Amino acid sequence: MSGAGAKAGDKRKLIGSGLKLRAKDALGNAFLRGAVAFTTDKLRGGRLNAMAEFGNWEAWRERGRAIREHTIRHLDYYLSQFAEGVAKAGGHVHFCASADDAVGVFMEIAGRHGAKLVAKGKSMVSEEIHLNEHLAAAGIKAVETDLGEYILQLAGETPSHLIIPAIHKNKAQIAELFSKDAGRPLPPETKPLADYARARLRSIFLEADIGLTGCNFGVAESGTIVVVSNEGNGRMVTTIPKVHVVVMGMERLVPTFEDLEVLLNLLPRSATGQKLTSYVSLITGPRRPGDLDGPEELHVIVLDNGRSEQLGDPVFQEVLHCIRCAACLNVCPVYRHVGGHAYGGVYSGPIGAVLTPLLQQDMAEAGQLAYASSLCGACWEACPVKIPLHDMLVHLRQRKVGMKLNPPSERAAFRMYKKVFANVKWFRLATRSARLLQRPFVREGQIRKAPGPLSGWTRSRVLPALPERPFRDRWAELKRELYGNPADGGKGPSGSFDGGGDGR
Amino acid sequence: MKVSLFITCIADQMYPEVGESVVRLLHRLGCEVEFPEGQTCCGQPAFNSGYRDEAREVARQWIRAFEGSEYIVAPSGSCAGMIRHYYPQLFEDEPEWKEKAERLSARTYELSQFLVHVLGVEATGARFAAKATFHPSCHAMRLLGVRGEPERLLAGVEGLEMIELKCKEDCCGFGGTFAVKMSEMSEAMVSEKARNVAETGAEVLIGTDLGCLMNIEGRLKKEGKTVRVMHLAEVLQKGAERR
Repeated sequence: MSGAGAKAGDKRKLIGSGLKLRAKDALGNAFLRGAVAFTTDKLRGGRLNAMAEFGNWEAWRERGRAIREHTIRHLDYYLSQFAEGVAKAGGHVHFCASADDAVGVFMEIAGRHGAKLVAKGKSMVSEEIHLNEHLAAAGIKAVETDLGEYILQLAGETPSHLIIPAIHKNKAQIAELFSKDAGRPLPPETKPLADYARARLRSIFLEADIGLTGCNFGVAESGTIVVVSNEGNGRMVTTIPKVHVVVMGMERLVPTFEDLEVLLNLLPRSATGQKLTSYVSLITGPRRPGDLDGPEELHVIVLDNGRSEQLGDPVFQEVLHCIRCAACLNVCPVYRHVGGHAYGGVYSGPIGAVLTPLLQQDMAEAGQLAYASSLCGACWEACPVKIPLHDMLVHLRQRKVGMKLNPPSERAAFRMYKKVFANVKWFRLATRSARLLQRPFVREGQIRKAPGPLSGWTRSRVLPALPERPFRDRWAELKRELYGNPADGGKGPSGSFDGGGDGR
Repeated sequence: MKVSLFITCIADQMYPEVGESVVRLLHRLGCEVEFPEGQTCCGQPAFNSGYRDEAREVARQWIRAFEGSEYIVAPSGSCAGMIRHYYPQLFEDEPEWKEKAERLSARTYELSQFLVHVLGVEATGARFAAKATFHPSCHAMRLLGVRGEPERLLAGVEGLEMIELKCKEDCCGFGGTFAVKMSEMSEAMVSEKARNVAETGAEVLIGTDLGCLMNIEGRLKKEGKTVRVMHLAEVLQKGAERR
């Protein structure tokens, strides 16, 4: 199945322009880096406090992992149970293999209702299928009602974080956008800005023909859609418009309400450090006879778009365990400096670096993302369901290397590495030669300007020169000093070892 | 107790004095240290870059070198982590080599881990009057679960005043080939780390991994900062030699 259909062409172009270029852009943007560091620091602290207060975090984490593993291993069973539940409650399930299919289903629903206005709750899957662009092309207005998403819609940008989409914007930038929209100056303060958005969005909720949301969890035993939010817009969007359309990834299921409880404990604590989000909406079917509100029709679009390709993969199946809490983004030192847009796809941070190449089945361009990590493992440590993202990044690199997509010079360098380091004689010879070769570049024991691949290092760092004698050449003396010469009966010499005196 | 020194290629070639400190420290604490001369590198640079076959051949050389060892100690959590975590899976399809890899990986320790958990030592008899800060290395923490062992050893050093490093658990941006391949990202990370180190006002930065220390020191020097950078082994050993 094609993860990157024609409709996703713009994103592909973005990725084609190169991870390094996008990262360079971001690194030059002090506003962005300041805003991202400020918010992720708060989220990190919140998460640690929430974990400590909750207690037994590792045990909860293991339960979460086990639930996700079980669900994904039996995904076919739970999908069918979920679909039955939705249908039994009066909703409609649409399984969509690709982004194009999902867009097609949505357009068909919108067409049938003559929809002109769609009120959107937060949904990363709707970003994944580029729904807004398709709606705009069809003359249907879509309005984001999540505050962060609303800000981005005004700015004409895409989310740069899974749960804080406008993390890269500061208050002054938001005030500027809102003032432009309002046609009058608004102060860069939270309350007046939120009040403005609230007033603007109220009429959208009332007039929308379709309410669209994502889905945090689908409970298989009952066909229930679970939406967590903090602004209440999710509740409005799922209650007022006549039609509610849910778009969800096919992996978003939990078997039972008992399992849901575990994941609802892990998700907000990992995401924002909250015990519970302000709203947890459980939606089972459309409005029933006698209900005062709720949509008349409920449609659930279940999207594959590259996900099922990971099922059965010994390494990558686990990526489907993700519950989209963004804890890995918040702790990632790379994300901290480059923000989300540098990743060039809908999903950013370590999870995005793994997910984007897999969903798009594109190792050549999107596969570059596998290198956007120092493999520090902070993502793995923060993940509430223990996904070994750092190991997956290495596996993606292996896949890329296996496909011979890396530069020939790099491949040659590692062939040389193997030859030299797998044989200690070659190793001695090579390290001795390196001592000769470095000479023209060494000043006072340091290299301040290295040639070739090391030039990137010395542009921002000093490189210590190789000292005259490596440890292995000093070992014999050191051994004699400490343990004596076997020939003179194990008595050590009297003279002290000369440490060489180089280095630090 | 017989201990085989796993020097790591970076200590061997770039920081031999750190290797010496490790040997003298272990010797002083009653270990009989030997140096298997067949060792070169653990293979991590190739493994982390996705060159699994190349890494495996280098790993074979490491296994051959350490085959007869009882305890294997490295002044690096990253290199020890490579053996512990990835060697067994590197030889998944070769039962004979896998068995060797598993046997040796269970005997491999990062220095502070070995001192605290195997030797049961926390007070090493060192004295070092300085204000210092400590950068915990990612792989020591996350691959080996080294949490607090270096700090406990440092707490036993007389005269040493430790200052907490802001965002200490953030990677310094080294990441082996990452620092070369993604040098701009790496630069941003090491700049923040160096800034946080400088802000502590510490005279000395102490760490357990020379890759990280080379990276942070390189940045500090580039910025003209005079913070001295030392490996844990140097603090524990030189501090005792001076007494």
